[in-house]
Amino acid sequence: MAVTVSIPTILRTHTGGEKAVEAKGGTVAEVIDDLESRHSGIKDRLITNGSLHRFVNIYVDDEDVRFAGGLEAPVQESSTLTILPAVAGGMR
Amino acid sequence: MAASTNVRSVGWATYPVRVLVIRADLVDEIVAHARRDHPDEACGVIAGSEGADRPERFVPMLNAARSPTFYEFDSGDLLRLYRDLDSRGEVPVVIYHSHTATEAYPSRTDVSYAAEPDAHYVLVSTREQDTHELRSYRIVDGVVTEEQVEVVETYMFAHTGADDVPDNV
Repeated sequence: MAVTVSIPTILRTHTGGEKAVEAKGGTVAEVIDDLESRHSGIKDRLITNGSLHRFVNIYVDDEDVRFAGGLEAPVQESSTLTILPAVAGGMR
Repeated sequence: MAASTNVRSVGWATYPVRVLVIRADLVDEIVAHARRDHPDEACGVIAGSEGADRPERFVPMLNAARSPTFYEFDSGDLLRLYRDLDSRGEVPVVIYHSHTATEAYPSRTDVSYAAEPDAHYVLVSTREQDTHELRSYRIVDGVVTEEQVEVVETYMFAHTGADDVPDNV
């Protein structure tokens, strides 16, 4: 069974415009590696030096993976993995 | 998004001009939110139907940073917001925030975080008590392009979208 990955607008250049794609893996890191194998370049947009880019949020179902084991967070079959760019900024 | 580029006639020349067309009541909501949260930065979105480039639904967000120099949507709020937008067939047409001590121009932080190439990034400065400065930008691949802001009473007669469809207000 595959995981559904929801792709934000800014990364849809890597998925041929698709809003959601299927991927396989038992952890977030494995799902991202599987994504990369078919949507080249997407991994670099998510991971820097082995950790999740600070501008990106990844959720397994309703859980932000930063609070659930990071890239090693387990992904169940038929889970939805949602990628969203952080909305942040400011004068600083 | 093609709808974001209007063709204007100026003299002999016809050329595309970037413009945000926005209802006056939505501008008032942004300014009121920014004033309410001053001196902290306020933030939120104005949602609209995907592809229409027309801001319709005001969605103020909590600044999880509660800071005069930084804003950030809470990560749980962000997920709920995008799910809600998806279920309504909407996108964040406008992403707004306030600067409370500086001008309404995107900071380096704003540019580094900006990740919605189709959104209008609206900044409002509340550094003056009696007046505000509201400006709009596109931020794509780290490049900031200011655009005109056209404030209208209704989209009925505005330049984007269909003219024969009345507003739902």
